[in-house]
Amino acid sequence: MSLGDYYALHDFWLSIGQPIQNWLVGLGVPSWLVSTVYVIIGAITTLGLITIFVIIALWAERRFIARLQDRWGPNRVGKFGLLQSVADALKLLSKEIIRPALADRTLHFLAPVLILGAALMTWAVIPWGPGLQVTNLNVGVLYLLAFGAIPALGVTIAGWGSTNKYSLLGGMRAVVQYVSYEVPSGIVLVVPVLLARTMSLPSIVDAQSGPVWNWLVFQPTFFIGSFPVPIPIPIIGLVAFVFFLIAGLAETNRTPFDHVEADSELTGGFTTEYSGMQFALFFLAEYANAIAVGLLASSLFLGGYHTGLGEGFDALIWPLLPGVLVTKAAIIFLIFVWVRGTLPRFRYDQLMQFAWKRMLPVSVTLITLSALFASLTLLLAPYVRLAPGVR
Amino acid sequence: MADTLVTVPGLNPPLGPELGDTIFETPGELGVVAEEGLITLNLGPQHPSTHGVFRMIMQLQGETVISATPVMGYLHRSSEKLGEVRTYVQGTVLTDRMDYLSPITTNWAYAMAIERLTGMVVPERAEYLRVITGELSRIQSHLVAVGTFGMDVGTYGTPLLYALRERESVLDLLSLPTGVRMNPSYIRYGGVARDAPPEFFTMLEHFLRIFPSKVDEYEAILSANEVFKNRTIGVGMIPPEVARAYSVTGPIARASGINYDVRLAEPYSVYDRFTWEPQVRYNGDCFDRYMVRIQEMRQSTLILQQALDSIPDGDIRAKMPKVLKPPKGEAYGRVEGPKGEIGFYLISDGTPNPYRYNCRPPSFVNLTCLSQIAVGHKLADAVVILGSFDIVMGEVDR
Repeated sequence: MSLGDYYALHDFWLSIGQPIQNWLVGLGVPSWLVSTVYVIIGAITTLGLITIFVIIALWAERRFIARLQDRWGPNRVGKFGLLQSVADALKLLSKEIIRPALADRTLHFLAPVLILGAALMTWAVIPWGPGLQVTNLNVGVLYLLAFGAIPALGVTIAGWGSTNKYSLLGGMRAVVQYVSYEVPSGIVLVVPVLLARTMSLPSIVDAQSGPVWNWLVFQPTFFIGSFPVPIPIPIIGLVAFVFFLIAGLAETNRTPFDHVEADSELTGGFTTEYSGMQFALFFLAEYANAIAVGLLASSLFLGGYHTGLGEGFDALIWPLLPGVLVTKAAIIFLIFVWVRGTLPRFRYDQLMQFAWKRMLPVSVTLITLSALFASLTLLLAPYVRLAPGVR
Repeated sequence: MADTLVTVPGLNPPLGPELGDTIFETPGELGVVAEEGLITLNLGPQHPSTHGVFRMIMQLQGETVISATPVMGYLHRSSEKLGEVRTYVQGTVLTDRMDYLSPITTNWAYAMAIERLTGMVVPERAEYLRVITGELSRIQSHLVAVGTFGMDVGTYGTPLLYALRERESVLDLLSLPTGVRMNPSYIRYGGVARDAPPEFFTMLEHFLRIFPSKVDEYEAILSANEVFKNRTIGVGMIPPEVARAYSVTGPIARASGINYDVRLAEPYSVYDRFTWEPQVRYNGDCFDRYMVRIQEMRQSTLILQQALDSIPDGDIRAKMPKVLKPPKGEAYGRVEGPKGEIGFYLISDGTPNPYRYNCRPPSFVNLTCLSQIAVGHKLADAVVILGSFDIVMGEVDR
């Protein structure tokens, strides 16, 4: 496959939109208006997708965890209980929103909005297919880090603004937890950036096109001399991937890191004083975040929308490529559910110890190693080369 | 700062008046004066992990517990007074409602006190049925204890549901001789309420075959779990001298290295005919308390198997008068319940009602050392410690 063919594949989705755009601009519509409308359409579609995904994820989690626990799970509303989440959402919509008399009006209102807003913003940079993305930022990874930090603020002000001691403790824990896990997760995010030499998410995904050993999770994969067989030694990619998932668990408040709303200690944590739709927003944000972590982990480490069966195969099934990404993300989400059904909760000082004493040194080592490998292959270029994605 | 305030858990005397001074701020309300920088957290009575309506007023510095003041009595039903105005046979139903997770052992202690008052001789088959149903109750109670302990440690309910699955089959088993799932009033003075149907023994045999593998399942998901060990090992240590000072009994005492089991210390019923190992561990932490319960379930299956193999035929009830009027005197009957030593102290004045109907509830007595043990731990640990105590509020408050 030549480079031209490759870019043809890359622009499959653009080729649907580009002619329309050209036509509109030709009619005299200003081009900035056309691109704005494009972004708005993309944002609305993504919003709809998030809602559908969250509903399906809620149902899948409840069914899967029920099977883990030797029970049936929801199976009454709709076929296989598929409409259970819809029924729950309707119930929450119809409930009264209660604000405690002493609560801080602004903060209490702002917290769910902030958390959900940040959760939704993450989805803007996820590449669903070649050229299929709400916005292609060349600093996508940086953008992820920035918006990944906002939920900490939201949870904290939810805890503070509720004037409830359980909420306050939950908010305090949120600060500790987010700050602890932002550090290793931020460092681990540098590994794909170093290996793919770009901060733009579509470019990172493109670097992983082709055969399965091009995925960053299998890096470094060596080819010695002209020997065509890849030799994967996945010390960097695999560890970084697992760390990213662990940090993702911590940042989405899922077991074993669900201290912020630890129901056996803090009743509901920061959500204690929220009801009705405000509570539903927290819920929506939590699941939107969990799915986003799955999507990002797939994009950064598991080749994104690439099947791993070669570029020719990808080009053959190009309309299904978003489905490939969703499948990978769904598997990661089910792993999260599995973890939730199995593990008890860490104590929060143990959580901090784990982040600062175990994850931090290893992730710093990971960066060093990946930088080393990336530059080493430049030196030994003719004899040893890394998988093509690693430039 | 924190180092000066945190005490070695369980070893120092409780931080009482100087930090967590209990006063009445407003009439009828229990307020606790908080020092600068401390949070007073009211845990309960409506809280997911207080196992009922237990209330703990905690002083927290950050998340470290500086003092914990238990408040009891939210489930008080004056059972002991009610026992005085009811006849001896009516008093049995009150015992069901005390430890509602293992009513049969409470029935047993009460029946034993009456039998000691009157000198009644219980037929052998009845004694065997008492042992069988009593051990099944112990298994059932320990299952709930282990499962809810898993919840307290922060699992998403998987160990609890595994445990409840087996509890269902135990309840099905128990409902064959007793007729009901809860509040059976099965053990009455002079024997048991009714004989067990033949299918009970075949079902019990089947249960005993499968149950040890189920216990392995709980161990696989909890005992072998690294996070669970981190949360429980070294947490809430009760040194043996503290346990003795607070007269702690049951699995909690045995986890602290005190080899005290009423079944061995004062063999009642037919327990002297069976061989089993008392489970004693020596760290006294939450993990040991959990492990003692797990191992006791295994030992109970051994006892059940031996009782099942050797149960004789015969009467299930002693000859007794229509209205029981024990001679004047007093008696104390005690059995080893799942939570510890359950004792009943009865004084008879020769009338059909007891003059004094007094219970020694193990949960209540065990709970008294909580305020000392929880000090110096994190809030999350306080919940775990409470869970490892395995309290039943029906028994604590009576």
